[in-house]
Amino acid sequence: MEFEYPIEGGDFTRAGMASSQVKKVLKQLNIAPAIIKRIAVAMYEAEVNVVAHAFKGTMLVNIMPDKVFIKFIDEGPGIHDIDLAMQEGFSTATESVRQMGFGAGMGLPNIKKNVDELQISSVVNKGTTVELTTYIS
Amino acid sequence: MTEKVFHHALKILEDVCYGCTHCIRVCPTDALRVRYGKAYLLPERCIDCGKCMKACPVNAIIIDQDDFNDIFKYKIRIALVSSILIGQFPRHYSSRKIYSGILEQGFTHVYEAEHGAGILAEEINQFIENNKSVRPVISSFCPAIVRLIQVRFPSLVENIMLLKAPLDLAALSFKNELLERGYSEDEIGIFYVTPCAAKIAAIKSPVGEENSPINGVINMDLIYNKVYRDLKKETRSTCIVPEKEQLKAEEMGWSLTGGEARNINGRCLSIDGINNAIDFLEGIENGTITNFDFIEVRACDQSCAGGILTSSNRFLTTERLEERIIKYENDKIEGKIFNNKTIDNHIDFVKGKISIDKIEPRSILKLDDDMESAMKKMGRIQRILSFLPGIDCGACGTPSCKTLAEDIVQGRAKTSDCIFIQTSLNVAADKEIRAEKIWGKDRFRKLT
Ligand SMILES: Nc1ncnc2c1ncn2[C@@H]1O[C@H](COP(=O)(O)OP(=O)(O)OP(=O)(O)O)[C@@H](O)[C@H]1O
Ligand code: SF4
Ligand SMILES: [Mg+2]
Repeated sequence: MEFEYPIEGGDFTRAGMASSQVKKVLKQLNIAPAIIKRIAVAMYEAEVNVVAHAFKGTMLVNIMPDKVFIKFIDEGPGIHDIDLAMQEGFSTATESVRQMGFGAGMGLPNIKKNVDELQISSVVNKGTTVELTTYIS
Repeated sequence: MTEKVFHHALKILEDVCYGCTHCIRVCPTDALRVRYGKAYLLPERCIDCGKCMKACPVNAIIIDQDDFNDIFKYKIRIALVSSILIGQFPRHYSSRKIYSGILEQGFTHVYEAEHGAGILAEEINQFIENNKSVRPVISSFCPAIVRLIQVRFPSLVENIMLLKAPLDLAALSFKNELLERGYSEDEIGIFYVTPCAAKIAAIKSPVGEENSPINGVINMDLIYNKVYRDLKKETRSTCIVPEKEQLKAEEMGWSLTGGEARNINGRCLSIDGINNAIDFLEGIENGTITNFDFIEVRACDQSCAGGILTSSNRFLTTERLEERIIKYENDKIEGKIFNNKTIDNHIDFVKGKISIDKIEPRSILKLDDDMESAMKKMGRIQRILSFLPGIDCGACGTPSCKTLAEDIVQGRAKTSDCIFIQTSLNVAADKEIRAEKIWGKDRFRKLT
């Protein structure tokens, strides 16, 4: 079962909308609350990263009987050093993003904590792809 | 996770209902349908918030209550009243006078249900301290919210604090006092005077608790009307009982918005109104709202002052109760308060009974217990949605095109319940294709 949602860079008012829709679907499919919670946290962080750091992107969701796979593809600056970006507290967020309460550098570490598999690939000045896999059975 | 069907205090009078569909549109859990011109409840979904009752133009929705004369089955008849009742009356009627008016109805004692709140405040702080991995802790005070979380926010069930409400603590301590004074169990009748349907439902089928110490429930509007009539006539104004014991300041405000949060340590917030509650809980569930220690959430606007069984303006009720707090605090400064609270003599007993069991989720959102079947159903729902008009007219008897599609897939409704489908069936056989031409196959994909 596949779903696709566009994400607009810079639109913090709507950040989290796509995640919220996916969460509704997961509830309807009777996925265990504890797993939904973990997926919700991870996909929200990944969605906000597209909003905060990229120009625009797409969230692709594929729900299979044994796992939920979510892929974020964006067009944006890309990540220079993925290992560095994964460290707690590392952030390149601008002052204006920080003023909105983001930019603590906790997003990626938080995603890692909440999913079973995390894959990031990025081309500088082109874009980033973040893939999250959560097993549900 | 399949549990018995829950007690509901809300009842629909079939002969009064004329199927206007106002109620189905306001229900926060999509628990109402209209069929053959009459509304009915889906019991596993209803959370007894009372929104439908307010929306009904002909008062076809009522709150079931115990027979008032039941109180006379007991030798000791306690009116356990929410302090909200005091706030209902105009300010020139003192609480002593109101107490007397309640006793005149046949009770032997009046006891305010918030007497347990002082102890509870300490226990909530302890609970938050002991459960550092649970954030935010969500109050269990409002039973409509507890049920809302069970059915719509199953992943937040574990955030609900596992502590009783003040009314249970007040009832337990008062009963214990009477037992110690030598009365027997069957001589004691505790009747809760309730501002809402949710409290009734919670007393009749408690969530996470053994049986309630309360013997019956009386609707607040009934007592209010009886007492107010007597007060207006001034017939019995000669009898004024002294107020034996008073609530503490924080207890007086407990049932108002902020009443709990104000007494809890850490970062706290209070939310009132069911739609605000849903918004906020969504935010917590999505992870967009974080770093709170405690959230007080109440289903009614202005909390219990806006309870469905209250008779006065909720803002005036709040004002009166706030004045009562100020007066108490002034009296305290002037040394006029000699408070000997019953509950203080039963602290260990009450604390021993303050916990409730784990609360189970009972999601109404799941389409099927089995995930693969749920996925198939979801596919069918999307397909059906693509040829429903999407204007949520309610004429089919469900709140929205989406609920109709779900009901069709769940076997609760037929495609032909949609009046647009009915007309197009009469016009042309290719209605699906026409609908897809107008709105496109994908129009509803993102709305599921
Ligand atoms: N989609 C993306 N495109 C470009 N850069 C990204 C993207 N996602 C993350 N980054 C880079 O990785 C850094 C760390 O990301 P992370 O989510 O951990 O923290 P943050 O977004 O800066 O702050 P927080 O998530 O705590 O609000 C970001 O500051 C940014 O430089
Ligand atoms: S806010 Fe108070 S009156 Fe309203 S439903 Fe909750 S407990 Fe009842
Ligand atoms: Mg981030």
